Amino acid sequence: MNALRKNIREILQYPSAIFGSVIILLLIAVAVYALVTIPYQEALRLWRGGEDVWKSNPQYAPPAWVNFFTRKKLPVSFTMSTAEVNENEAVTKVVEIGAQNTSKTYITYTFEYNYDDFPQEMSLYFTTTYEAKQPFVSILWITPDGREIRVGDFGVSKKMTYRMSQDEKLKRRLGGLPPMQALFADPNSETLVPLKGTYQVVINGVSFEQDSNIEAEFVFYGQVYGLAGTDHLRRDLMVALLYGVPVALAFGLLAALGTSVLTMIIAAVGAWYGSWVDELIQRITEVNLVLPFLAILIMVGTFYSRSIWTILGVTVLLSIFTGAIKGYRAIFLQVKESAYIEAARAYGASNLRVIFRYLIPRMIPLLIPGLVSSVPAFVFLEASLAVLGLGDPSLPTWGKVINDAWLNAALYKGYYYWILEPAILLMISGFGFAMLGFALDRIFNPRLRGV
Amino acid sequence: MTTLSEAQEISQPVVRKPPASTFMRVMQFSGVRLITLFGTIVVAIYLTIMIANMGGYVDEIMRGEIRERITVQVVNNPANKNLDPDVRNKLVLEKIALEEKRLGLNQPLAVRSFRYLTNALTLNLGRAVNMASDSGSRTVRLIVLERLPATLLLMGTSNLFLFFSTLFLALSLSRKYGSLWDKVVISLSPTSSAPPWFYGIFLILIFAALLKILPFGGMVSAPPPENSIEYALSVLKHLTLPASALIISSLFLSIYNWRTFFLIYSSEDYVEMAKAKGLPSRDIERRYILRPTLPTIITNFALLLISLWTGAIITETVFHWPGLGRTYFRAIGLYDTPVIVGLAIVYAYLLAITVFLLDFVYALVDPRVKIGDGGRQA
Repeated sequence: MNALRKNIREILQYPSAIFGSVIILLLIAVAVYALVTIPYQEALRLWRGGEDVWKSNPQYAPPAWVNFFTRKKLPVSFTMSTAEVNENEAVTKVVEIGAQNTSKTYITYTFEYNYDDFPQEMSLYFTTTYEAKQPFVSILWITPDGREIRVGDFGVSKKMTYRMSQDEKLKRRLGGLPPMQALFADPNSETLVPLKGTYQVVINGVSFEQDSNIEAEFVFYGQVYGLAGTDHLRRDLMVALLYGVPVALAFGLLAALGTSVLTMIIAAVGAWYGSWVDELIQRITEVNLVLPFLAILIMVGTFYSRSIWTILGVTVLLSIFTGAIKGYRAIFLQVKESAYIEAARAYGASNLRVIFRYLIPRMIPLLIPGLVSSVPAFVFLEASLAVLGLGDPSLPTWGKVINDAWLNAALYKGYYYWILEPAILLMISGFGFAMLGFALDRIFNPRLRGV
Repeated sequence: MTTLSEAQEISQPVVRKPPASTFMRVMQFSGVRLITLFGTIVVAIYLTIMIANMGGYVDEIMRGEIRERITVQVVNNPANKNLDPDVRNKLVLEKIALEEKRLGLNQPLAVRSFRYLTNALTLNLGRAVNMASDSGSRTVRLIVLERLPATLLLMGTSNLFLFFSTLFLALSLSRKYGSLWDKVVISLSPTSSAPPWFYGIFLILIFAALLKILPFGGMVSAPPPENSIEYALSVLKHLTLPASALIISSLFLSIYNWRTFFLIYSSEDYVEMAKAKGLPSRDIERRYILRPTLPTIITNFALLLISLWTGAIITETVFHWPGLGRTYFRAIGLYDTPVIVGLAIVYAYLLAITVFLLDFVYALVDPRVKIGDGGRQA
């Protein structure tokens, strides 16, 4: 206990160790948060995505906070629905009962628009109930300066999506301009700039049956979205960035722990038993040094399974028999001759007892710095495989976000946020462990102290 | 990259008591060493062959592919349109059997794997299954030779630069440790935990996407310039980013490792003694610090030379560099066992030869090391 306290006090003397530990603790906190707020199945469902999950998100949208750094404010995405008419004052819905079972529905959506660019798209998602005769709607667009523009008139089926920018009739009516620009453009300006102010979308619906009802959701697809932005499939990158934390930590820590502990045990067993056991371990190590590590992982990923557990297992297996095992073995051979081991044998300790109670504990100071320093390599290895397209097929991870971005030429097209977000997270977590590992190395290996 | 300690371990010098006959001793040592190394290669290559065939699973994939391709071929051939379905099916089966025989799939994997092994060990690399060189050849040797210059250029430039610059910088840092630059290098050494492709992404972002002064990837602009000077300049321009990525990713850790290594040697008693005698610092550096560290420096250099061969799979893929690393990756994607095994065997041979030669080089540069006495120690 005292030794531990002494070690902690020593760690606190290294600023890089404190910095590294803070980063690691933060990552663990985020990982716990991610696992609690997004359960595993939910994360898979969200990441697999599909029309229903992400339909109201814009595509290729940078995070909303880019507006803090640019002079040109980009429109932020939002949705308004008649389902929330009681909570949201900006949405109103009035139903008037008319003669002969007909009824009129008036829906308005009001929103402020103070941005310097045009949105990607505006859509209306209708859900209606009727028996035989479709309700009919006409949509009006009211600009801040009071102009009323007729957007469209059509019959609505039970589930229907109306996308304004894809309406060719609307485009012709607006003089050939893309509807998103024409609807927002300032008529008094020479150049194409949006008019700022309060806009309204008005839906006037007529139903022809007694229980017929019209519900509609207005989705405004801006150019920025949320805290992390979206990708080519309209998925919120936040899911992958958050969920990537536990995945990266689990992979890195498990691989590092498995590799270093197994390496140590095997080295101890080899050094203790000697003869053919030792010889076998030496030969396996030499064979493994000839095998191409990354190529074998790629082969396993391509031919066999891309499950993160398989890759983890193969990684650990291939990382055990490396140069480290020879280093540990050399030290174990020295320790083996110590007096306290002889004492243990004299009182009749079994082989396993000597290995696990006397040999290995002696080496733990060497094990810990090595373990911590090897975490970043494994975290980056998982990302590297994902970048090659060999990431776990279902899990959202940082590497897969980079891979998606890469395949969609994000850097070429200027979607920098898409690559930078996961890359910076990778960098932070890698450096956190590397810094702590470096400091631990100096604390536990006195030979390096002062150097 | 192999770390310093690993490099020291790979070729462990053997120090023993005085021998009977130097020649016999050396011969015996070389013999035993050659046999163990060869055994290692045989096992490693056999493992690679089995992994590259996934214990026969790749055969199933290839059989399925052949079946589909030949069926489509026969059915779509207008000449076969009026054939009786039975006759046509027979024709399909015959063609499938022929194609499987051509690729050797009619033999069980256990038999074939040993044929592959003998071919690989005799450097008879054979023909690729799916891949072809740019000139259209299917010979694995030609595919590899065509890609080799690109990899040698990229890995050679970056690794040689890295090796000599880190050695030089480390030596000068170890002379005045504790200085500002020393601290900067120490605090930057964790940057090496990120692989080269990671820095590659940032370099592409800055120099290709934002500044637009260097290309995103590839090896030469399209169409390639006619003039050989312009060609070289174009290659140089394309080389800058991937080479920088490779250098940045291991620069600081390399300097840090060498510096620590030199510092350990410069705190030896005999160095203190030399300083006390008042020898000039250049002499101390050359004779008392560099000389005993020479074996490690040589080992690292030798391992660096063979690492040139493997190429950098991900960096080359990210930069679309047409080298061996990318060929490796493509070969795996196309289930092209001959290419995978061919690349592995050449690497294995180069590694074994280097390790073998290093034992002798050690004896040359380090008077404390004596070759032989059979067997291995430590």
